[in-house]
Amino acid sequence: MKMFRRRRQEVPQLNTTSTADISFMLLIFFLVTSSMDTDKGLTSQLPPPEDTTEQQEQEVKQRNVLELRLDADDVLTCNGEAISNDELTKRIEEFVANVSDAADLPEKSEREVHLIGKCRVSDRHIITIEADRQTTYNAYFEMQNAIARGYNNLRDRLARSRFGHAYAVCSQEERDAVAMVYPKRISEVRSEK
Amino acid sequence: MPMLNTSSLPDLIFTVLFFFMIVTHMRDVDLKVRYEVPQGTEIQKLGHKASVVHIYVGRRMNVNDNLNDNVNENVNGNGEFFIQLNNEIATLADIKAFLDNERSRMNSEDQGRMTVSIKADRDVPMGLISDIKQTLQQNYALRINYSATERNVNVNENEDERR
Repeated sequence: MKMFRRRRQEVPQLNTTSTADISFMLLIFFLVTSSMDTDKGLTSQLPPPEDTTEQQEQEVKQRNVLELRLDADDVLTCNGEAISNDELTKRIEEFVANVSDAADLPEKSEREVHLIGKCRVSDRHIITIEADRQTTYNAYFEMQNAIARGYNNLRDRLARSRFGHAYAVCSQEERDAVAMVYPKRISEVRSEK
Repeated sequence: MPMLNTSSLPDLIFTVLFFFMIVTHMRDVDLKVRYEVPQGTEIQKLGHKASVVHIYVGRRMNVNDNLNDNVNENVNGNGEFFIQLNNEIATLADIKAFLDNERSRMNSEDQGRMTVSIKADRDVPMGLISDIKQTLQQNYALRINYSATERNVNVNENEDERR
């Protein structure tokens, strides 16, 4: 009788003191492997596909257009003259903002913008982009980056002066308002070469 | 002083672990193309991983180690660049089926904000990218994102990471 009781009392149990250590290891493993692939990139919105039947031939004034081209050797030209990406950023800022309402820069219209009030909005400008088929993607990306930079600089300045904080931390409404003052009007032309 | 009873610690850790396993996604795509994305300063994080579809464009990775093989097999109309969708090398014509497939897997909310992330090597010629974009446009996949890594700006400017 004594033997049985002892055996029942002495059934060995699994030692679980290391369970915590194992679970820590697994947790750290997942933390490390899942945080590695943070996807980042430059967003872009494509226009809806055009029906070939409705070709819109709009009369666009020379002053409203900024023509950007990339040729097969990755040379960037703006309205015919070669420029670098940094110069492009400045050119975009000057083109879109048109602070002094110059006659050779885009027209602006008077609009009522929510949260900002009445202001002159540059909504007729167009930036056309044409890239040769042999241009490298890197050159195209750098150009898109420079353009995005120009717009972001303008929007940031406006957000800081009107709302007191950077564009990146603005609420959705504030962002929409600023985006309405400086809309991104970019047209990409397909090159058949 | 009696010590804290830590017998429930493993349970807590398991809970946190399961939380991470469910919330994060581990991408396990077998890369068949080699690519190095360009660098940019205006890039933003992609939100909602479930609504992102990936297209890889790059040079073929040779599994066999014959160095001389590169020359012949890999030349096609686009120089040596190939498109990879999911785990297979594909052509432009396959993109439509791929998009329909991915769309059907998403719920309706994600479908509305579906973004196509283009992960292309820096040297890919624009002709190929342009064709891909046109195919996407025709299939109404209008939100695209050019994948890139962050590049640090020069000393003079302070760049806050855009969240």
